[in-house]
Amino acid sequence: MPSPKSAYSIPTKKGKLDTHIFVVWVDNEAGVLARVVGLFSGRGYNIESLAVAEVDATKNISRITIVTTGTPQVIDQIKLQLKKLVPVHKVADFKREDKKVIFKEMALLKIVAQKKKIEKCLKECKRFNPVILDKTSKSVVVQITALRREIDKMSKKLKPFGLTSTSRTGAIAMTRGAETFK
Amino acid sequence: MSKLYTGAEIVFKCLEDQEVEYIFGYPGGAVLPIYDELKNHSSIKHILVRHEQGAGHAAEGYARSSGKPGVVLVTSGPGATNVVTALTDAYMDSVPLVCISGQVPTHLIGTDAFQECDTTGITRPCTKHNWLVKDIKDLSKVMHEAFKVATTGRPGPVLIDIPKDIQFAKTNYAKFKREKKLNGKIHNKFSENEINQLIDLISKAKKPVVYTGGGVINSGPQASETLKEFVRLIGFPITSTLQGLGAFPGDDNQFIGMLGMHGTYEANNAMHDCDLLINIGARFDDRITGKIDEFSPKSKKVHIDIDPSSINKIIKVDLAIVGDVNEVIKSAIKKINKKQNGLKDSNKQRISKWWEQIQKWRTKDSLGFINSDKEIKPQHAVKRLYELTKNQDTFITTEVGQHQMWAAQHYKFNKPNRWMTSGGLGTMGYGLPAAVGVQIAHPDKLVIDIAGEASVLMTMQEMSTAVQYNLPIKIFILNNQYMGMVRQWQELLHEKNYSESYSEALPDFVKLAEAYGCKGIKADNPLNLDDKIQEMIDYEGPVIFDCHVDPNENCFPMIPSGKPHNQMILGPNDKEENKITGKGKSLV
Repeated sequence: MPSPKSAYSIPTKKGKLDTHIFVVWVDNEAGVLARVVGLFSGRGYNIESLAVAEVDATKNISRITIVTTGTPQVIDQIKLQLKKLVPVHKVADFKREDKKVIFKEMALLKIVAQKKKIEKCLKECKRFNPVILDKTSKSVVVQITALRREIDKMSKKLKPFGLTSTSRTGAIAMTRGAETFK
Repeated sequence: MSKLYTGAEIVFKCLEDQEVEYIFGYPGGAVLPIYDELKNHSSIKHILVRHEQGAGHAAEGYARSSGKPGVVLVTSGPGATNVVTALTDAYMDSVPLVCISGQVPTHLIGTDAFQECDTTGITRPCTKHNWLVKDIKDLSKVMHEAFKVATTGRPGPVLIDIPKDIQFAKTNYAKFKREKKLNGKIHNKFSENEINQLIDLISKAKKPVVYTGGGVINSGPQASETLKEFVRLIGFPITSTLQGLGAFPGDDNQFIGMLGMHGTYEANNAMHDCDLLINIGARFDDRITGKIDEFSPKSKKVHIDIDPSSINKIIKVDLAIVGDVNEVIKSAIKKINKKQNGLKDSNKQRISKWWEQIQKWRTKDSLGFINSDKEIKPQHAVKRLYELTKNQDTFITTEVGQHQMWAAQHYKFNKPNRWMTSGGLGTMGYGLPAAVGVQIAHPDKLVIDIAGEASVLMTMQEMSTAVQYNLPIKIFILNNQYMGMVRQWQELLHEKNYSESYSEALPDFVKLAEAYGCKGIKADNPLNLDDKIQEMIDYEGPVIFDCHVDPNENCFPMIPSGKPHNQMILGPNDKEENKITGKGKSLV
């Protein structure tokens, strides 16, 4: 152990890290995203992905979905700190393993290759609701929706078949069933 | 059609409706319309500072000593950036400030205009909330909202950035109605069950300790009265953080002194060995806890705080009660009195052994020091200052460093709001402008800044403010020619390599005082120290008191970093302990 030559304490052991998805309802006003993101960077929290858009134009409410990892204590802090922000209305937090919640990410994949290879790619994509948005004799742009790790896997898999560029959203979330989060 | 008001007029209308009496500020191009309007509002007095940081700290001193929000007015660009230190300081120590800053006209925002900066961007992490007003119609709503955010829940600073064209633009002003409803960010909904659990813990404890913080002060003077009643009722020993001093009388027998890095032996040992720890309005700061893993290992922990994000942030607690300190302890007292159950007496019996142990720790006299009749010892100077001022209602501010800790250790506070110090941020240069603000709020009271010669030079220009407004503040400098706390750490941690901690060319503080138009007093002999202090107190005007003290004195006791509470370094008085810490010192 290095000698703690400082007036501050030595870091203690870190606990187990969990991945959580935060859904934050905020007033859609100037700087609100900077407040939320600044809270994460300023306090050293991690952002794995981020998705944000206005969901209620009359009430001016935006919905921010943030995927983050942290110890249970850090996750708790993130939630409480988010709730303190003035433009934040409510905060929901789900574990990634939570069966009651649907998580989805969307990706656009551009494949430039021979017809045969393109066919193969489309076949691979079949499980992830593929929509062909553009097609030429040498290329295809396909949209898929899936979980983060599935998209990770897909982009790895399709590389040899001519996948040239990937654009993807952050995860968004919705609870199953008739209940809504209050 | 109702009358139209300019933005500048609306600013003052809002300030009047919020019953603001003083604003601390400095004019400049982008706030000139507001300054132009000042003359039409006689109920609001403007205090012209010499640097915007001074305005911020003065407003903090005003706020902390009066319980009212401090108001700051600065211009765009450098005006706003200069106030950032004070805003951050207020954010760390939960002081309600409303800062109004000018901004370049809206059409120039983003063009790198003269004296333009991204004020809301810069101050976003150091305010509770901030606003850039781009529409005159939003101005009054934002102003009132700003006061609400600053003063409710856990208090803190807010900033309103007003572009110059908005200050000129006109709109109508709706009469302000004070809302009774609490906003959604306030948490005061603790349950009866939680209070019952607290009382259950209290009635079972054998080695309890109450640990209070600035939250008690922020809860209002009534909270201190309630705390006194509560602590006397349960008979527990009570310790306080730096910010909490004064909430409970410092000379009371139940008070075991400040805790933490430079806290007393008895307070820190009580924290370590206790079986019940009741945290009231404190936040388990790292200067308090020492090594987290070994912090109070045997205790059940209760945390009472208005800020839910303070709970379980650093230390996991067994019972959390989120609410206003005063309300929570009031209901606890009510419950105890209702239940009776002989709690009062049996409880005191149960903890009598604990008190005996505390008495034993007390005999260590951990704040003791070896006095001298040749040199003034800094601790002795603070003690004499206390003895000579304790009979009048005295307000103390400090800078940051050794002198601050000596003041906290040796000056005993009996009332809340009498002690203003920069704890969280540790801002050198805080005390002098803060004293200006305190004196504004309490014109007839004795206000003393216990200072270090290095700190005080950081905001020395505010002496000019004190002279301008006839504020008889006393700057009591413990002059050891070193940045004392830096020197102490270098001695203990860095093999006495006193790198850049000695000030080679200090000013003659007596002449400096005279240059500002106030009185200078120099003391370097312990034999006539009392006379000189008395001379300072009796002088009806601002004084700079240059007290030359032993430059080699260290501030003890001290918990070395990475150590738990029960492994303190004691002062040179305690020789036996010194042997043990010989090894400890190398580990610091």
